[in-house]
Amino acid sequence: MATATASSPVRDTGIGALLRHRAVGKLLLLAVAAAILVPIVNAKWASGAWPDALTVDLTEPLGKTTDWIIDNRDSHPLFVYVLGNISNGIVLSIRGVYLVLLAAGWAGVTVGAALIAWRVAGVRLAVLAAASFGLCGMLGMWVPTMQTLALMIVAVLVSVVLGMLLGLAGGLSDRVYRILRPVLDTMQVLPAFSYLLPVALVFGIGVPAAVIATVVYAAPPMARLTALGLRGADGGVMEAVTSLGTTARQRLLSARLPLARKELLLGLNQTIMMALGMAVIASMIGGAGLGDRVYQALGSVDVGAALAAGIPIVLLAVVLDRVTGAAGERLGDNTEDSSPLRGRRGWAVAGAVTVVAALAARFADRLEWPESWIVNIVGPVNTAKDWMVDHIYTDVPVVGGTADWAAHFTTWVLDPIRDGLQGMPWWSILLVIAALAWLIGTWQTALTAVLAMAATGVLGVWKPSLDTLAQVLAAVVVTVVLGFAIGVAAARSTRLEQVLRPVLDVFQTMPQFVYLIPVVALFGIGRAPAVAAAVVYALPAVIRITTQGLRQVNGAAMESSRSLGATSWQQLRQVQLPLARPALLLAVNQAVVLILAVVVIGGLVGGGALGYEAVFGLAQGDLATGLVAGVAIVCLGLMLDRVTQPTERRAKKGA
Amino acid sequence: MRVRTRVMSAVTASCALLALSGCASDMTKQASPYANAAGAKTVTLSVQSWVGAQADVAVAEYLLKKELGYRVDRVQIDEVPAWDALSQGRVDAILEDWGHPDQEQRYIKDKKTIVPGGDVGVTGHIGWYVPTYFAKKHPDVTNWKNLNKYAKDFRTSESGSKGQLMDGSPSYVTNDKALVKNLGLDYEVVFAGSEAAQITQIEQFAKHKKPFLTYWYKPQWLFEKVPMTEVKLPEYKEGCDADPVKIKCAYPHTPLQKYFNADFAKKGGDAAEFLKNFKWSEEDQNEVSLMIADKKMSPEDAAAKWVAGNEAKWRGWLPK
Repeated sequence: MATATASSPVRDTGIGALLRHRAVGKLLLLAVAAAILVPIVNAKWASGAWPDALTVDLTEPLGKTTDWIIDNRDSHPLFVYVLGNISNGIVLSIRGVYLVLLAAGWAGVTVGAALIAWRVAGVRLAVLAAASFGLCGMLGMWVPTMQTLALMIVAVLVSVVLGMLLGLAGGLSDRVYRILRPVLDTMQVLPAFSYLLPVALVFGIGVPAAVIATVVYAAPPMARLTALGLRGADGGVMEAVTSLGTTARQRLLSARLPLARKELLLGLNQTIMMALGMAVIASMIGGAGLGDRVYQALGSVDVGAALAAGIPIVLLAVVLDRVTGAAGERLGDNTEDSSPLRGRRGWAVAGAVTVVAALAARFADRLEWPESWIVNIVGPVNTAKDWMVDHIYTDVPVVGGTADWAAHFTTWVLDPIRDGLQGMPWWSILLVIAALAWLIGTWQTALTAVLAMAATGVLGVWKPSLDTLAQVLAAVVVTVVLGFAIGVAAARSTRLEQVLRPVLDVFQTMPQFVYLIPVVALFGIGRAPAVAAAVVYALPAVIRITTQGLRQVNGAAMESSRSLGATSWQQLRQVQLPLARPALLLAVNQAVVLILAVVVIGGLVGGGALGYEAVFGLAQGDLATGLVAGVAIVCLGLMLDRVTQPTERRAKKGA
Repeated sequence: MRVRTRVMSAVTASCALLALSGCASDMTKQASPYANAAGAKTVTLSVQSWVGAQADVAVAEYLLKKELGYRVDRVQIDEVPAWDALSQGRVDAILEDWGHPDQEQRYIKDKKTIVPGGDVGVTGHIGWYVPTYFAKKHPDVTNWKNLNKYAKDFRTSESGSKGQLMDGSPSYVTNDKALVKNLGLDYEVVFAGSEAAQITQIEQFAKHKKPFLTYWYKPQWLFEKVPMTEVKLPEYKEGCDADPVKIKCAYPHTPLQKYFNADFAKKGGDAAEFLKNFKWSEEDQNEVSLMIADKKMSPEDAAAKWVAGNEAKWRGWLPK
């Protein structure tokens, strides 16, 4: 290995030199542009902060828009004939599903869920499904769970239909695909928090608004994966089908869609996970169900109650994820199912057993979950939390308490980054962003990133945006360091990976609201707990992608390096990590996007900056503050995504 | 190509159909999909995030259920959006409002979709508070004129070189930023972002007997656990808070109000009459609040306990 490294300068005359040459060229061009523009800019608006002359005050127009919406909501045709019907349709369909679930009773729903899991994913997942629903009941959350389930079923159906329609259009037409791709990119970097307010203003507080916010959040993966699946259809098969003289519709239904089955199922899986992720955030605009229970528990500082409502959300997510995932894997193997209960007959039996179970519970007068079967975890959880906080909050010998860490983190890390960013002249920040984005991508990426960042200045929220940015940067560093370390360890030990898996599942699906209060109890209010919550949320994704990336490194490369006598540390550093670079870059990108989403929620625990303004807008119905903060969050997300986006995604232009 | 035009025309057609079908649907008059699910009469009450409001709702809910046979849905909404939800009929009543003149003008006077429902019987007051253990040691901290002297005691990592004045949820009425500026105080207003975060932090400070200065309000159950003393601000006079930028005086004492959706007030039958009669004292409210928030009783159990011990008080609220 050592010789290979030593010889690398020789190789650099080839591609390496060219790359470096291009990078230098880009930087030179930027430097020239800066040399011309900066003096002009500086002469005109000589100040470090964003110049007032370049801001637009939207307070009045947005205030007027709010008034117009409120005054016309009950009379304008747009509301009465279009939005009103949409809203009504949502209410009616959720009510329908909810009434069916209630009529089936706990027995019918549990048995039905287990049997569906059995049909699509096998016996083990059937047991998991039954146990999970049982646990929801035992936690005393049966009715809220059914409300959330009804909301999820409708929201996921709408997202899937909408996503598939968009994906179909994008998969069949190049032009639509070109328009669609940036739209989907943008939708995926939008933190959900940023569009709660406009949705709530138009549809009013309540379930319809919650469903629509969920659909906006959950439909993009479905659309993207549908388009990907359709575009990836094997050319040979398509030609063969075309040569048979089929019509376009036949080709679509008989070849393209079946070939894309795997992507469609993966899309469904992603959509379900995103929708569940919204369940709690949507409760801020009246989403009811489990999310509302978590939110109300937060109101009375009751971690135990929040956890009791949070666990069913995690269970729903795990069951739905495993079942759709297993269904996707089953599509792959073509082994013939020879059991007597295959196909239609199996479904018929499942349906019959469900009905029998529901009727049995009904006649036994046990339609509602029996009160005596409820296990109260609220007390013990709160006791445990109090004990933990009492013992590690402060004055722990040698290591110091969590409160001291938080204070140090704020003073030594967050403050310098924030003050540094806010102290830099605004044009220099734009230059740095342009350089970073251009080095990684094309001039278009750089332009998008710069325009996005500049937009926050134009909107008049330059300073708070930099404050949020500082929190994101600090959290990204912590997450990436921890995530890579744990990811590397997990990639080298299968046992550790197996132990980690359920832990990661829980942290990825546990609603952030549940751990906001423990985080405050440990770290006090301020920016530190916001960063801590964001790290907890983003860490699982980083660990997962890192582990997977390292594991997928070409076996031959590993084998040959081992035969050359490399130690395992050398192997990791010189073979695995460089080869897994795309995966590591993706991990960083995911960390950035996820962290931004949670740092913003940190506004609820004293994170301040854009997050606070978004919460303020929501709480006061103040579009001017809330929407501007929301748009600024989106701009930050776009900018960060462009600056960190792995080149891989762009390389696959045809995909 | 053909497929696309067909898809497009299908989309256009269904849009047009939706618009022309004439099935007008006023979304400002839609109830929750979960309401009346078991065929029962329901009342939907808005709950605000502070525990006092939760206590009002818990007791009202308990009596509506047990004495009048209603099903009650609770919806947690912030103060201002709650007015909007009330006007649309998404909720039937707000049981504790701390004064929102803009909303009163818009919905009560102009649109007439909301009607006042009378006093809750509780007077609210916002102010600045320090923990009593600190005030006893330093009696002069209770006057705003001496606050600058103590700024260094109230310093945190979040407030930097200044003292920290902790504010709470963004939905609460606050003039603190202007007050700090206009009174020339060496303080930084740090927003906890939610009442939950603020209470957690206050309890944490109190456990370690640390000094702190916070925005807080009465009536509030937390006073029972963490005794706090109010810091005197320049006296409140009628109209001194008219200009939010120039404000230089304390917060007023506000008799808290109930508000009902106009339709509900007219056609809400026994439930509307009962809620109109609902009126109790600060001690009563605190008793229930403390059971919910500190003893972690469920709101229902807390309400049941209070109802069992105070029959004479609530008998009078029931419709004759």
